[in-house]
Parts: sequence; C-alpha cells; structure tokens
Amino acid sequence: MVKVEVKDLKVWLGKNFVIKGINLEILENSVTSIIGPSGCGKSTFLRSINRMNDLISDANIEGEIMIDDKNIYDPDVNVFDLRRKVGMVFQKPNPFPKSIYENIAYGLKIHGTKDRNKIDEIVEKSLRDANLWDEVKDKLFENAFALSGGQQQRLCIARAIAIKPEVILMDEPASALDPIATNSLERLIVELRKNYTIVIVTHNIQQAARVSEYTAFLYLGELVEFNKTEKIFTMPKDKKTEEYVSGRFS
Amino acid sequence: MDKIKKEKIVFTIIRIISFSSVVFLLTLLGFIFYKGFSVINWQFLTDIPRNGFTEGGIFPSIVGTVYLIIGTMIFAVPVGILAGIYLAEYAKENRFKNLLRVSINVLAGVPSIVFGLFGLAIFVKRMHLGVSIISGSLTLGILVLPTIIQATIEAIKSVPDTFREASYGVGATKWQTVYHISLKTAISGIFTGIIISIGRAAGEAAPILFTAATFYTRGLPTSIFDKVMALPYIIYGLITEGTFPDKQVPIAYGASVVLLIIVLLFSTVGIIIRLRVRRRKSW
Repeated sequence: MVKVEVKDLKVWLGKNFVIKGINLEILENSVTSIIGPSGCGKSTFLRSINRMNDLISDANIEGEIMIDDKNIYDPDVNVFDLRRKVGMVFQKPNPFPKSIYENIAYGLKIHGTKDRNKIDEIVEKSLRDANLWDEVKDKLFENAFALSGGQQQRLCIARAIAIKPEVILMDEPASALDPIATNSLERLIVELRKNYTIVIVTHNIQQAARVSEYTAFLYLGELVEFNKTEKIFTMPKDKKTEEYVSGRFS
Repeated sequence: MDKIKKEKIVFTIIRIISFSSVVFLLTLLGFIFYKGFSVINWQFLTDIPRNGFTEGGIFPSIVGTVYLIIGTMIFAVPVGILAGIYLAEYAKENRFKNLLRVSINVLAGVPSIVFGLFGLAIFVKRMHLGVSIISGSLTLGILVLPTIIQATIEAIKSVPDTFREASYGVGATKWQTVYHISLKTAISGIFTGIIISIGRAAGEAAPILFTAATFYTRGLPTSIFDKVMALPYIIYGLITEGTFPDKQVPIAYGASVVLLIIVLLFSTVGIIIRLRVRRRKSW
C-alpha cells in the first residue's frame, strides 16, 4: 500500500531551484533509500515530507505530498501533528541536553501525556525498540551527552518512535558514526521496517543496498531512477545511475 | 637587536602592565578594607544610625539596598528576558530589529546620572510616584535592562540550532521549543547576566540620587512608596555633607566595605555558576 505519494514536488530555497518536479510513491512498512551526489537535493526532498523546510524563511514549495491520501501542504493541516506522524532522525546525533529519560519523555509531554506510569512505560518500550535499553537502563537519569555517538543516534531513534510516528525520515543517520555503530544502526533500521515506513537519505551506496527495499537516485534536483533496490544495483536503466552505483560517477 | 631579545623585552612590558592591574585592584581593596574594617562590628551591621550618623550602624541602608535590588529585579528580569527571547528567537532580521539592537547598545552606554534624571522626570514627577523605592527600582531597572537583554540574547544564540530542529522534529510548536529547549538550555547564561546586573544595581548612587535615596529616615521603609536609605548614597552623603568628618568618614568607609562585599559576593556567585556550566556543557 502506498503510504507517501509525492506529486510533482518543486522546492526553491531562495533563488535556488533545488527540487525540480519529483514524482515518487513510498510503500508502507518499507525502507526507501534516497541516494545521489552531494547537492542533489536529497536532504531538501526528505525535509519536505515533514515540512521541516517551513522553518527556512525563503523556502518555496509547489506540488503535493500525499500521506494516507491527504496532502500535507493543505492549509488545514496542522504541521505539529504532521511532524508527530512523520518523525525525523538527523545527520548528527542531536539529543537534547537533558537526561536520557527526558529526551524520550519530551515528545510525549509536549503532546500532552501527563501520566507518569504511561511515560515510564513508553520510555522503556522505545528504548527497547531502539536496541538501547540494556545499555542505558541503569543510567536513565544521566545526561544523554554521556553516551557514545552511536548510542546517541539510537536514542534519537527512540525519541522519534516514542510518539508513535507512522513514517520515519532519516537524514544520513550514520554519517557521523564509526563502522561498528553504523552496523548496529543498520540492523535496527531493518528491524524497524516491520512497523514503520522509513525513508533514508544516505551517501553510502552499500548502506542503501543493505537496508532498503527501494532506492531513488536523485541528480541535480531530479529523480533519475526509482526502483527496487536490487534492480537499481544490478540492472540500472539509466546510465547516470549505473555510473553512480558503481562508483564511476564524476 | 635580535628577535629573541625583542620578544623578551615586549613580554616583560606586557607582564608588568598586567601585573600592575592586579596591584591596582589589591591596593584599592586593601585601602578600603584598611580604612573601613575598624568600624565594622555586629552593631554596625544591625543598628540604626544614631547621633546624626556619628554612631550606631548602617542597618537601614543595607535593608534599603536589598529592597532596591529586589525591586529592580522584579521589574528588569521578566522584561529583559522576554525582550531577549523576542530578539533572539522571534524578531525577523530587518531594519526594525537593527534599530532595537542599536538602541539597546546605546542604552547600555548611557551614563547612570542621565538615568537618574530620567527617573526623576518620569517616575518621580510625571507618574507621581515620588522619591520612593518604586521610582528607584524602575530607574535602576532601566539601567540594567540592556545588560539582561544582551545576556539573554547571547545565551539563547549559543544554543545550537540542532536542538531546535530536534524539538520541531517531534512536533513541538515554536513556543514549546523556545521554552523547553532554548530557554532551559540558556538559563545559566541568562542567570549570569542577572547576577552582574544585581552587582551594578546595588552599587550605583547616581540613578537613585533623585529617585529613591534619602540620607536619613527614621526606621525602615514600610511601603514601596517610602524613601529609602541606600549604601552608595550614604557613602556619598557622609563624605560630602558630613558635619563631623572624623566620626563620619570611617562610617563611610565601613559602608563601602559592606557594599563591596555585597557586590563581590554576587559576582563570585556569577563566576561560579558560569564555570560550572562551562564544565557541564557537553555539546
């Protein structure tokens, strides 16, 4: 089933025409990778899906993004509810300067959950789902910055899933991590796809191959090719895609 | 002359200059303490002035200074923090914001006696608040407002944007993000600004000269519309208008010691907080 349908999306950042009309369908409970060279608009595209681009004052957006058949750019859409439904994990781990517990409770509290027991329960479940519980259960009230980079990023994933999103956007989530932390993050992503629709931007082509079922190749703001990941890697239709996935891109 | 020799000479000069600033500070402190310490005892701190300020203590002035500090903060802290939040988080970059920024900088450089005159014209006369704690507090409040605003802006600006993004990412509104993330992260920086302002408000004589202070009152103030005795002002009064200098000048030095201790206490607390935060800061 299609979860996110992007229809002729165009994005300008100031005078820069960054996304030049993209059409794309993202299936429910799957992992879709967005790959492409630096500056091709991957991050901008991703940030259109939870309207983080709204925060940039000179961003202009045209086209539609349908989530569950509702255009998220409709005037009656509450952007804060949207971001609750479409969570985000950022390039650099960015926990809040608060305790591990508070990092996860934050999203719940701002959305009105007051029941302490319920918060406790969700904090534990989110940390378990993010494969972090065993490492942090004895130091829930210590500052999140005491964790390693990889742990911080899994904490950020736990924070994102605590508010029960349906879609999770990941913007190069492993780019600041060492190989071992990257490995455990990738395993987590594969586990998470059972329950979430995941869109991941990555610079690492092998990572796209390892974690995703679908891959979109973006180049200069346009969608060059979109297909099942194995097809993109074994039988790319476009010459540019072939060059990029084989590392011969210049 | 070879380079190494030159360098040695320059460094020696710099060393002497920096050392001399420490010497000045120590001389000043030593001088004030030497002159004033002899009069300080329990009675000096807790008694009212007697016999035309030649005997007794300075208790009402200490109380008056504390009242003025409290009044100043009640006014300046909320206004300063809110203005700082507005300028750091909400105001769009445009001419109006630049104008505000420039005005605040200018305000920070206005001589304190000018604030005193302004307070006299507006609060004492125009608003009919009279020479009172409230007039003095409002005047001192305006005096320290730029400091608090600037400290708030600096502290909020130093909060990394990645924290804000994370907050928006879980669906927080702008205000939730400002309150729970920016403000709570910046709070110690803001606090430092407040502490510095307290030191300033406690020590200034000029702004309260026409707006709040009086040389002598019977007993302690009973309402915010009362005149009040304050440490900087009695020091000024005793030195310039005292009729029994041999008894009153030591009292002025004693009051200076007390004032210095109050101000140093506040700045020490400020420095400690700043150091602790710097150590804890992990991003």
